[in-house]
Amino acid sequence: MSVHVEPIRVYITIFLALMGLTVLTVWAAFQDFGVMSNPIALGIAIAKATLVVLFFMHVRHSTGMTKLVVAGGFLWLLILFGITLSDYQTRDILDPPAAMTMPVDVPGPAHH
Amino acid sequence: MSNAKSKERPEGYPDRHYLNAAHGLKSWFLTTDHKRIGLLYLLAITLFFFLGGAFAVLIRLELATPGGDLVQPETYNRLFTMHGIVMIFFFLIPSIPAVLGNFLLPLMIGAKDVAFPRLNLASWYVYMAGGIFTLWALFEGGLNTGWTFYTPLSTVYSNTAVTTAGIGIFITGFSSILTGMNFIVTIHRMRAPGLTWFRLPLFVWSQYATSLIQILGTPVLAITVLLLALERTLKLGIFDPALGGDPVLFQHLFWFYSHPAVYIMILPAMGVISELIATFSRKRVFGYRFVAFASVAIAILGFLVWGHHLFVSGQSVYAGAVFSVLSMLVAIPSAVKVFNWTATLYKGAVSWETPMLYALGFIGLFTIGGLTGVMLATMGIDIHVHDTYFIVAHFHYIMVGGAIMGYLGGLHYWWPKIAGRLYPVFLSKFAAIIIFVGFNLTFFPQFILGYLGMPRRYHSYPDEFQVLNVMSSAGATILGIGYLIPMLYFAWSMFYGKRCTQNPWGAKGLEWETASPPPTLNFDEIPTVTEEPYDYTPKEVQHAG
Repeated sequence: MSVHVEPIRVYITIFLALMGLTVLTVWAAFQDFGVMSNPIALGIAIAKATLVVLFFMHVRHSTGMTKLVVAGGFLWLLILFGITLSDYQTRDILDPPAAMTMPVDVPGPAHH
Repeated sequence: MSNAKSKERPEGYPDRHYLNAAHGLKSWFLTTDHKRIGLLYLLAITLFFFLGGAFAVLIRLELATPGGDLVQPETYNRLFTMHGIVMIFFFLIPSIPAVLGNFLLPLMIGAKDVAFPRLNLASWYVYMAGGIFTLWALFEGGLNTGWTFYTPLSTVYSNTAVTTAGIGIFITGFSSILTGMNFIVTIHRMRAPGLTWFRLPLFVWSQYATSLIQILGTPVLAITVLLLALERTLKLGIFDPALGGDPVLFQHLFWFYSHPAVYIMILPAMGVISELIATFSRKRVFGYRFVAFASVAIAILGFLVWGHHLFVSGQSVYAGAVFSVLSMLVAIPSAVKVFNWTATLYKGAVSWETPMLYALGFIGLFTIGGLTGVMLATMGIDIHVHDTYFIVAHFHYIMVGGAIMGYLGGLHYWWPKIAGRLYPVFLSKFAAIIIFVGFNLTFFPQFILGYLGMPRRYHSYPDEFQVLNVMSSAGATILGIGYLIPMLYFAWSMFYGKRCTQNPWGAKGLEWETASPPPTLNFDEIPTVTEEPYDYTPKEVQHAG
């Protein structure tokens, strides 16, 4: 199996890109994008992580098996976030039926 | 047995093998031989098993009477917490993978060692480092959060050694990750010529599935415990609502690892059972491919079910319903295995050797544990019995009735390979039977207690629960003696047992094609595999067919 050697300028370019994206992260944090604030911050973070994984971790020129392992890791992260969010995102939309809730004016045991 | 008899050497018994290849403590503590590392793990986890067992003894002694008359409630909290932490993280999770897996995996695939032998040794040191932190937590007075570390008790209210124990578990997790990674690479890259995926022993398939869980799940536990320690020490708001966090998030993160961790414990045991059933029925495992894929299916589905631990924790009803359905799906591959083992027994030449007693015990006890698991996946039942002894009984049927029975069955089966010596047959069968009886007497009454409403984690209970609790404590005494007997005769056998032949069970599999005990590099010549696994059908019958 031959090992692909990246020229040094690729690393420098990626490093500069990461620095640029970090500046963008800080700038974006001080702007008010409304509901888009989180997606924008996450988008920049994903872009940075992708550069690190593909170039610094050499996945771009790795075997199919390595790519599968990396993809598997992210799929599992998606399972963790996705199914956890299935709880947080549905807490308000599926209230228990009225019959199961306790009316507030039920008299409690007498206190003396 | 006389000393002279223990020195008799059967024909073909090796002069040099991994046990006498080098001498002295240094040769053990700096070894990179997977077999010696397996034995280092065996010693370490046995110590932790008896430490965890000592906590269980105190718990059952306290519960022999309804009043809290042996220990204070706070002490009791610490006892069940330490019992859980030691047994799960320091015994059950490393038990089969780190001991039997380490010893057998390279032998079973015809390799000289694992892919990363030094990393393998490092994993043992990492495990021991984590163990030392946990023992340190014990000397700090232990902790009272339960092995589950639920917030806000663990982060806000508990003034016990939560951080120390958390660090111990954080460190030990990395040993599990290293073992898992090592096994996956070993299975992919180091199989002997001709050993295709569908010629692999089912034990190897189950180790592969287990390793996937170890490397995909354990990092999440490490992060969760780290976040917990950070919130506890630096007041970082992750789980505490007062700091902007959410305590249910802890449960999501914790169970994302800790439910699959149940499969880290049970899948290797299932692999052992497949080997035992095939050998002692003298048959190829029925539906080999189904059993192999069932291991992978359990590993994957096991990651989708964690929310069934959160049915009453404030999780949304919708998510609860999804988790309920997903949880029931795990029953399918589990049942595939049980049915296929049973079908393998059918018309097999079944023999009643000691390992087979454990295998048959496993099938019965795992079935009870698994079916009560399906009951608990049903939200209506789970809400009724949540946090009662029904839960305690259920998971002990899986972890003790399943995982430990598998571990002991495997240890008895491969002991002649490990030690090159035999153990007393009658005594070992006697121990297997009293373990089975003691186990059921300990834990079956707990199903009834739980269904009647006895909550877990209390040091006292109403008088009407005493009879069942006394039965459980009496069973625990029998079980404890049952576990002591094998420990004693294995220790004896290691030095004084009668030397055995290379393949005393007449079993198939590459591990039996080399000497017992094996040479340091396992095989004098790397074998070439030309036949299917468990090929017990006599050649003349094959030709006639």
